[in-house]
Amino acid sequence: MSGPATVPSVVPAPAVRPNELVEYLLRLGDDRLVLGHRVSEWCGHGPILEEDIALSNVSLDLLGQATMLLRLAGEVEGRGRTEDALAYFREVVEFRNCQLVELPKGDFAFTIVRQFLFDVYAVVLLDALTGSSHAELAAIAAKSLKEARYHVRHSGEWMLRLGDGTDESHRRVQLAVDELWRFTGELFAADDVDRAMQDAGIAPDLAALRPLWESLVRDVVSRATLTIPNDAPRVASTRGGRTGLHTESLGHMLAEMQIIARSHPGATW
Amino acid sequence: MVAQAVRATRDALLAVLDHVMDPEVPVLSVRELGIVRDVDIDAAGHITVTVTPTYSGCPAIRVIEQDIVAALDAAGYPGAQVRTTYAPAWTTDWIAPDAKAKLKAYGIAPPGRAESGDLVQLFRRRATAQCPYCDSYETELRSEFGSTACKSVCWCRACRQPFEEFKAI
Repeated sequence: MSGPATVPSVVPAPAVRPNELVEYLLRLGDDRLVLGHRVSEWCGHGPILEEDIALSNVSLDLLGQATMLLRLAGEVEGRGRTEDALAYFREVVEFRNCQLVELPKGDFAFTIVRQFLFDVYAVVLLDALTGSSHAELAAIAAKSLKEARYHVRHSGEWMLRLGDGTDESHRRVQLAVDELWRFTGELFAADDVDRAMQDAGIAPDLAALRPLWESLVRDVVSRATLTIPNDAPRVASTRGGRTGLHTESLGHMLAEMQIIARSHPGATW
Repeated sequence: MVAQAVRATRDALLAVLDHVMDPEVPVLSVRELGIVRDVDIDAAGHITVTVTPTYSGCPAIRVIEQDIVAALDAAGYPGAQVRTTYAPAWTTDWIAPDAKAKLKAYGIAPPGRAESGDLVQLFRRRATAQCPYCDSYETELRSEFGSTACKSVCWCRACRQPFEEFKAI
């Protein structure tokens, strides 16, 4: 390089190992693929027509976001795997979604609480990712954030209506909060992959996002006249999804999700 | 037999795309919706159309791509490529006033201004939509989710009719 030596105004980010970036993109993509599939299980089973349509729309958005993220993961990986190959031809232990999203859909209250906890997480995380040093990831985040904003309005308004509704709706939604709360620790439990992404400016500090997430969640939960269970046991009890350790239910879900693609490899329609 | 390719100009290509209608909202072209972001002709004459999806899961985007290639082919510009971009993210603010008037005439309330990026306020209350049939603002939002990803369902208390609104995003 010629010219006078200057002090760079920005410290160059350390190089990221491609496999770490692939790993990170799979986490983002798999969260949305698996949750999108779970939500799609409501199609034709929603409690009212408007809600059936709403959940199917949310599912479609999540699957669209997963498509963008898994396509990018496949491109970065450079082994020729498309988003479809990643969705349909990986085994359970290769999935990188958090355990929260893979649990069976449960009743409507369970689904709404899970969506709400995830939607707030998505809004907070995607908002931070719009500032990612990885231009394509930042673009996908900005696009997805618009959708996450109306997802959280949908699930949040249901939280209020069910929590502050009838005795039965309150009972069911409180049960779901009690059951699901322990799965939220994993959302903010950073490991080496997250730290590498953070050092490279690709992803935010997960732990730093948590106070905002928690204040948004607690505000709605208390307005819905619900309570959050004691914090202590939640982080230790349920994690491992990010490294391929899943609950039994993910295998069953994948069997159903993947069977057509595996029975007729390469089929087009 | 391959049709004789016409020497392409950017304006001529864009004029062709003015007649490619959105499959879900057939009164608006893919240009009016802001789906077509750019058209490029390289030195060898290869045509690349850059598009951006409205919603990330919009099932119409593949059909739109095929329609674009087919329309250009029929106009004498074969072999166009379609490239997808995500940045800047699609917004209904790109729909011009005359296109919004077409939406209203078609019976779909046009989108208002897209919301700002306020993170903390989860439940922003927005202005009610104007009924496309009787112009009343005495309307209510029934569901943010409608027959396609881009529309929500409203109800007009004045003329007592349901109607769809193009979501502002």
